[in-house]
Amino acid sequence: MSESLGVTPAQTVGPYLHIGLRWPDGPYVVPEGTPGAFWLRGRIFDGTGAAVVDAMVESWQADPDGRFDHPDDPRGARPSAVPGFRGFGRAETDTEGRYALHIVKPGPLPTFDGDTEAPHLTLSVFGRGLLHRLVTRVYFPGEAANASDPVLRTVDPQRRDTLLARPATDGFQFDIRLQGEHETVFFAV
Amino acid sequence: MTQDAERKLILPSYRRDDVDAHPPLLSPGYRSTVSRAPQQPLTYLPQRLTEVTGPLLGEGRLGELDHDLTRQHDGEPLGQRIIVHGRVLDGDGRVVPHTLVEIWQANAAGRYRHAADTWPAPLDPNFTGVGRALTDADGRYRFVTVQPGAYPWRNHDNAWRPAHIHFSLFGRAFTQRLVTQMYFPGDPLFFQDPIFNSVRDERARQRMVARYDHAATRPEWALAYEFDIVLRGREATVFEDEDDDE
Repeated sequence: MSESLGVTPAQTVGPYLHIGLRWPDGPYVVPEGTPGAFWLRGRIFDGTGAAVVDAMVESWQADPDGRFDHPDDPRGARPSAVPGFRGFGRAETDTEGRYALHIVKPGPLPTFDGDTEAPHLTLSVFGRGLLHRLVTRVYFPGEAANASDPVLRTVDPQRRDTLLARPATDGFQFDIRLQGEHETVFFAV
Repeated sequence: MTQDAERKLILPSYRRDDVDAHPPLLSPGYRSTVSRAPQQPLTYLPQRLTEVTGPLLGEGRLGELDHDLTRQHDGEPLGQRIIVHGRVLDGDGRVVPHTLVEIWQANAAGRYRHAADTWPAPLDPNFTGVGRALTDADGRYRFVTVQPGAYPWRNHDNAWRPAHIHFSLFGRAFTQRLVTQMYFPGDPLFFQDPIFNSVRDERARQRMVARYDHAATRPEWALAYEFDIVLRGREATVFEDEDDDE
């Protein structure tokens, strides 16, 4: 590949992100009433411990069979067996810094080197004061595949639990700490 | 199925951005970064299935007039009518077709239609300030809107944001997701804006500035600006020798 074009730099979404990025159906990765669906809820905190009220998370995940309806999945694009499965979710934080996504648990994934990735979602975090999105992953507690997951394995063991959701009454809880004590692990992708 | 499982997965791979391509997360001139930028270094994540795929969101998300911010109400909004158009490309110059572009902006007076924006400039009953479009087969998009105004904020003494339009792009894969801002050429407020200047490299900064496009300007109707957006390119794919598989 010859000379490449420089990428356009990222900029913050700013405090008025809701004008452009609010979707009424944003949080619904799967429609209401989908068998096995649950809520992934969390709060976002800044380095002072204050709730971040002007942020947004976006999620992306495989379906329960571990498939993507996408041409670059080398196993072939395949529409999900779950009706209305979008794979993508978008949720802004409220006045308490809370977000919520209505999801199903993704299946495990094969890797290019013959490993298996444990069920996970990838999250982007956007907000005022974030000049570029932050990327993290959500894993689920008690999954046998977590112990050998090729991404979790590379994360400092003392910080690994920041990537694990906790069971909650109607699903799972995944809080995000942008900075400081118990800072969430963020990834360079 | 067995054969499938044994075959090695060959995934596309997206080039990592240069260190200077994007702003440092901690840019103290922009005060909000001080308590929000992570302090730990980012953890390197090899791109796997989740990262090289992404939502391909289509026509279902678009209304007929979503690309024309001047026709979303009963009357026309006040201000200078402009056309903003361009292409979405990847770092190798390949066009990115059929990808969702979302924009939002202040009105001509520099006021956002948002509960948190309370500075005393007028709202325009005929302007919401949100637009959506899909790029066509050649990666092109086009919006009609009004020139946004500059507006004050409290980041530093006598702080004003240069006029800008927020852009959100998906590209083809999770790795290509980008949110940026488009600025206007020759804006006298650049020198004091810590968000624009958070991008350290001068050439990279200029990639956020649209070009006045006289050829696309419509006589007796609207000025045009061209803004091409470049998402990350792909690494050249290395195919395994087919014989190894059989």
